[in-house]
Amino acid sequence: MAPMDLTDTEAEAAFRAEARAWLTANKPREPLPSGNTAAGFAVNRDWERRLFDGGWAVVSWPKEYGGRDASLFEWLIFEEEYYAAGLPQRVAQNGIFLLAPTVFEFGTQEQRDRVLPRMAAVEDVWAQGWSEPNAGSDLAGIASRAVRDDERGGWRLSGQKTWTSRGAFCSHLFGLFRTDPDADRHRGMTYFLVPLDAGGVTVRPVDVLDGDAAFAEVFLDDVFVPDDDVLGEVNRGWEVAMATTGSERGLSLRSPGRFTAEAERLVRLYRSRGDHGDGTLRDAVVQAWMDAEAYRLNTLQTVTRLSDGARIGPESSLNKVFWSEMDIALHEAGLRLLGDEGERADTGWMKGFLFSLAGPIYAGTNEIQRNVIAERVLGLPRK
Amino acid sequence: MRFAFTDDQLTFRDTVRDFLAAECPPSLVRSEATTRGDAWRALWGKLAEMGVVGLTAPESRGGLGMGPLDLVLLLEETGRAAMPGPIVETTAVALPLLGDGDWAARAATSDAIVSVGLDGSPFTPFGGDADALLLVWGDDVLLVERDAFRAQPVDSVDGLRRLASIDWDPASSARIAGSDALADARARGAVATAAQLCGVAAQLIDITVEYAKERRQFGVPIGTFQAVKHHCANAMLKLEYARPVVYRAAYSIEHGDPSRAVHASMAKAYASDAGEVAARVALQVHGAIGYTAEHDMQLWMKRVWALSRAWGDAAWHREQVARAVLDPS
Repeated sequence: MAPMDLTDTEAEAAFRAEARAWLTANKPREPLPSGNTAAGFAVNRDWERRLFDGGWAVVSWPKEYGGRDASLFEWLIFEEEYYAAGLPQRVAQNGIFLLAPTVFEFGTQEQRDRVLPRMAAVEDVWAQGWSEPNAGSDLAGIASRAVRDDERGGWRLSGQKTWTSRGAFCSHLFGLFRTDPDADRHRGMTYFLVPLDAGGVTVRPVDVLDGDAAFAEVFLDDVFVPDDDVLGEVNRGWEVAMATTGSERGLSLRSPGRFTAEAERLVRLYRSRGDHGDGTLRDAVVQAWMDAEAYRLNTLQTVTRLSDGARIGPESSLNKVFWSEMDIALHEAGLRLLGDEGERADTGWMKGFLFSLAGPIYAGTNEIQRNVIAERVLGLPRK
Repeated sequence: MRFAFTDDQLTFRDTVRDFLAAECPPSLVRSEATTRGDAWRALWGKLAEMGVVGLTAPESRGGLGMGPLDLVLLLEETGRAAMPGPIVETTAVALPLLGDGDWAARAATSDAIVSVGLDGSPFTPFGGDADALLLVWGDDVLLVERDAFRAQPVDSVDGLRRLASIDWDPASSARIAGSDALADARARGAVATAAQLCGVAAQLIDITVEYAKERRQFGVPIGTFQAVKHHCANAMLKLEYARPVVYRAAYSIEHGDPSRAVHASMAKAYASDAGEVAARVALQVHGAIGYTAEHDMQLWMKRVWALSRAWGDAAWHREQVARAVLDPS
């Protein structure tokens, strides 16, 4: 086994230089608007299309699906460079980072060929359809159902999904539906891929704290979905969904580059504003900077393990708690540095703060994550 | 990029873990802490035979010629076992300063005890046991032999720290290093202590989880209660994010990274915080039994309360990072 080496290899350094050069030459001149409005979504989608055309949309995917066969380390490098360039989270992220790993693992060849290239090219943009009005943290409590339609060779979906990020602007939904109402809670669910322009789908935008329609409710009324759009086995949707939750909680959705870039912005703000003689604020700023660095280091350890063939396990719950609480603390420190200006709605710090507040709630609340840490990492009894 | 230890490093760690499980049981730790006895010297001799004490000394002086990255996991094990003995002072700090001199050979083989008082604390661990001390005079590190200092014992909250305040005579001491080496020595001491704190915290969490599985109230194990689970998860969270910071600091010292002092300060800040959280959680989950001197858990808690302050506490180290990161250079 090679000794520890925390520097870029020659190939990694070349990859970093290439990514940086491309981003510098191609990134939008003006900061991108929020992707949570119809107009902003379109602008972001155009930028992400350009990213795809340059070959940088899905660097870790195989070349045949629009990627570069990049290693996980190179993926981390790309993310660092992407966020260091001041670019925002991508409107395509839930498809690329949450659905795609599941399609690679459970999809048929036909599904991979059909879904992945269009996702990479931002021709289809995917929304996540997991939560329901009565199934949030208790995801296995979903009630939306799918009824067999043998005549047409598919399923008829009915029910309601909610808190669907950018659902008003996305073209497709991936979600869990109950296919065997008599089975145990964690069984009898199936993972479906649903075009949002299908007959019987109604999408209602929901404005969030910052006033943008970041959420949507999705109503399904007898929506026909063919067998080709079942991902994985019928009635095994829970296992299919859970197999890649690690991606959402830990590694891919919140790559360290986003936080290290934000922490550098915080340091620049500190240098321009000072700490108003408040030693506790100085402490909060440096702790946020260190936490971003600690998250980067922890991720490097994880990626090394994954590169050696391990799978991401329940320890992803540690990541989720850490980054979500760090993100809030980081933005709180930024708002404190702004002083009276902190109450303004139009600063990046307020927008970032409002966004960060969702972190301990989505992708499994931090209370659920702490249960997972206690039960599955530490081995405490469930009951 | 590769952030993992080698198989050799992991095997050495396992060997030391097994050795300490057999040779340094809680009963030994407890009796040494209570009696302020000398039984630790026999353990120290065996550790020297394994090569652990002299790990950082040159092979020509009876050492293994290894560095901080080889040592860091072993230090974690010494924390896990709450091991008595000046492993931080001798192996992590003194030997790199002593180079290939005679004192290096004597310290590496446990023939002599060499401790250090370099971190600005008025107290020197194992000061009364030492045959020689490395102490600061101005910006220099001096070697002070036994007949040139007097050690006055000071009670630490952790009886195994064997602190002393030292009266000494710089005139009859030999200069062995200057300010650069002193800065490095402080970074080495901080990282080594941080590694021990990770081990102490890991053991506190293990003990606490085991207790929460066994202890029953309201007819069920207390580990089924969400409040207890979340305490334990919080302790684990702190530890799991301290470890890579500590390992990176060891790597930076090993490779002479220009930021090694900042990395060392991050390591000590994280590990001190992780230790303190683990101790609080351990006590709260144990309840009254954990508050007694009869329960072994106190041995690890007290080690936390001592080590979290040794070589600079979390606040001091955060401020060192702040100076490097926030203030204009």
